[in-house]
Order: sequence, then C-alpha cells, then structure tokens
Amino acid sequence: MNAPGGSLLVAEGLRKAYGPTMALDGAEFSIHPGEVVAVMGPSGSGKSTLLHCLAGIVTPDSGSIMYDGQDLATMSDAQRSRLRRSDFGFVFQFGQLVPELTCVENVALPLRLNGAPRKQAERTALEWMQRLEVDDLGRKRPGEVSGGQGQRVAVARSLVTDPRVLFADEPTGALDSLNGERVMELLTEAARSANAAVVLVTHEARVAAYSDREIVVRDGKSRDMERVI
Amino acid sequence: MSIGHTLLGLLESGPRHGYDLKRAFDEKFGHDRPLHYGQVYSTMSRLLKNGLVEVDGIESGGGPERKRYAITDAGITDVEQWLATPEKPEPYLQSTLYTKIVLALLTHRDAADILDTQRAEHLRSMRILTDRKRRGDLADQLICDHALFHLEADLRWLELAAARLDKLKAAVHT
Ligand SMILES: Nc1ncnc2c1ncn2[C@@H]1O[C@H](COP(=O)(O)OP(=O)(O)O)[C@@H](O)[C@H]1O
Ligand SMILES: [Mg+2]
Repeated sequence: MNAPGGSLLVAEGLRKAYGPTMALDGAEFSIHPGEVVAVMGPSGSGKSTLLHCLAGIVTPDSGSIMYDGQDLATMSDAQRSRLRRSDFGFVFQFGQLVPELTCVENVALPLRLNGAPRKQAERTALEWMQRLEVDDLGRKRPGEVSGGQGQRVAVARSLVTDPRVLFADEPTGALDSLNGERVMELLTEAARSANAAVVLVTHEARVAAYSDREIVVRDGKSRDMERVI
Repeated sequence: MSIGHTLLGLLESGPRHGYDLKRAFDEKFGHDRPLHYGQVYSTMSRLLKNGLVEVDGIESGGGPERKRYAITDAGITDVEQWLATPEKPEPYLQSTLYTKIVLALLTHRDAADILDTQRAEHLRSMRILTDRKRRGDLADQLICDHALFHLEADLRWLELAAARLDKLKAAVHT
C-alpha cells in the first residue's frame, strides 16, 4: 500500500542532532515512484543526513519515515538492511568501488550478495554497464579507469538490483562539467527506464536541473520549492 | 528596472516630495545612474493618472518636484504584485532583484520569499534548457550551455544574497 497521495517514500518532522549540532530540524520529504527529486542547499545544511535517514542508514531522533506504507522506525535493523539491499540503490561522490575486484565484478556484487550465481550476476551486470556505456571496461579494475567512467560503473552497480529508490549523494561532485553531465544524462535515463525514483543530493543547479522538482535544505529545515510560486 | 515600482515602493514608508523621492532613489539604487527630474515628473504623473499615488500637498511657489506624493491602496497592491512576480530569468537581472530585495526589507516584507520564488523560476528555466540540450544537436547544446552557466551564476548569487539577508536588513534600515 502506498502512502497518501501515491508517495513511495514520505518523511515528516525529521530531527537529528549530533551533539550540539542540529543536522535536521523538522525536515520533510516525499517522492513518488519513478520521480527524480533534487535535494539542494548549502554545504552543512543537512542534505546528507536527510538522505541517510530516508535510506534507513541513520535513525532520526524524532519524526516519521514511511516507505511503501511501512514505518522504518518499527522495523528491526535486520529488516532495514534487507530493505536497503532489495529496494534501494546508492551512489556516492567517492570511493565506492572495491579496488580488488574488476569493474564487472563490482557491478555484479549486489546480486552476488543477494545469492545470485556468478555467471548470471555478471551477465545482468554487463547489461547495465552497456546502458551506462562502460561495458568495454568489464575486465579493468577501478584504479585503471577515469573518474567519470568509475562513476558510471558505480551507477550501473546501484541499479543492478532494480531498486525502487536510487539514493545519489553528490554523484558528480568529483567530476568536471562534461563528465558530470554525461553521468547525469545516463543516470537519469537509466533510472527512468527502470522506473526507479531518484533522491538526488546536490548543491549544483546544473545537476539539479536533471530532476523533476527540487527541495532546498537550510539549517536542517526543508522547503518544497513547488509550493513557493 | 522599473522606476515606477521603485518610486512607489519608496513611497510606502510615507509621503515624500518629488525631490526627496529622487534623492532617496539615487542614494539607494542610482549608484551609477541618478534619475533626472524629468523622469521623476513623468513617472509620477503616470502613477497619478493610474491612481497608484495621490497628491498629498504642494509646497508654495514650486514646480512639479514640490508636490508631495502619497501611495494609495491600489499602489500598495501594485508594489506587492511586482515584488511577488519572479523576473523572467535572463543574465544580469541582479540589479532588479537587488532593488526588489531592498524594497522588501524597507517595507518589512519577506525578502527570503522573493529570493526563493526567483530561485524556483530559474531552476524551471534550467530544466527546460537541459531537456532541450538532451534532444538537440551540438549547436543546441552549446547555446543551451551558455544560458545554463549564466543562470547557474544567477542562482549562486541568489543563494549568497539569501545567506546575507540579515546583514542587508541591518544596513538598509540605517
Ligand atoms: N556523523 C556526524 N557526526 C557529527 N556531526 C555530523 C555528522 N554528520 C553530519 N554532521 C553535522 O551535521 C550537519 C549537517 O551535515 P550534512 O548532513 O553532512 O550536510 P550536507 O550534506 O548538507 O553538507 C553539519 O554541521 C555536519 O557537520
Ligand atoms: Mg553532504
């Protein structure tokens, strides 16, 4: 069952303090299936903390998070990590690929962890690498590919399990304009064709312009920019 | 920039004479381009005709600049609407926005809201350009990129201005 209004993931009144720092101070969020929502705001405003709460990685001090009709707070740690593996995908700014594995093994890893046989996992991995235009890098290790290529491999890995929500935290933060743009084009195209919703954290407007709508986080409070005008 | 709306906004805090309006405008917004008396006069007679201001008194022996003007309710509504309507995003619109923000602060309106409205309007334009770039050929991509980089610069300015509103508010009221 979906939350009211057909939202897939809804958070309300999120608060999270780290010692004296209020990282989140009453933040809200909602996303529909297949929607791309940018989370913008200055550095230190609470964007990553919001993403971590939404993904069940960090537990908020108060507030509620409903995913597909389930309250994340009432789930056990084991249930939450199962949910992350089955329904969520992740892309971060740096260092997510395992350096000892080849690129195709990296992309296949989430499937292998879910118990898929090696051959089948790598075949699916290669399909995703084709969509991200990095299938020719299969046998290379992450240290042997460029930043932009590595990030496309990471996007392929995040989508290989057919997640319903892709969490991307500054996915182009370490790339130049041209490579960042290519990653965003391919990421949004792939996510749309897989009907995955994307929570896209970025402080860059040109990256946010790939989204359907944006919210702005300032001092731990969120503002839905659709309601501004 | 709309001189009419700016003069109206300046009148909101109380009636002023023509010469006083010109001085306030030059001081706050006319840094490199002070108003001519002729501009003040023609603008005020247009505002009068449209019922946005009324004459509140005339100093003896004076020309048009000696008239004292007061804003009407219709004038206040007009300022309100102008402030609330986002500018069409184009490069170098900052001076208009700067004027809007200062006037909003002067008249105790929500300047942060004006910045956010503009921010949303900019991002809307950027989405359209990004989409066009995606479908277009290389020429389209370069043209759209040019616009996108300019809009991004505007947007950064909007964020910086939002972060400095408290300081600006203090400065504007001195
Ligand atoms: N694990 C943590 N321990 C202590 N403080 C943290 C932690 N994570 C975030 N913070 C603080 O919370 C605030 C918000 O951080 P973050 O969510 O990372 O912001 P953003 O992603 O917008 O840059 C910052 O002041 C940051 O220093
Ligand atoms: Mg962050």
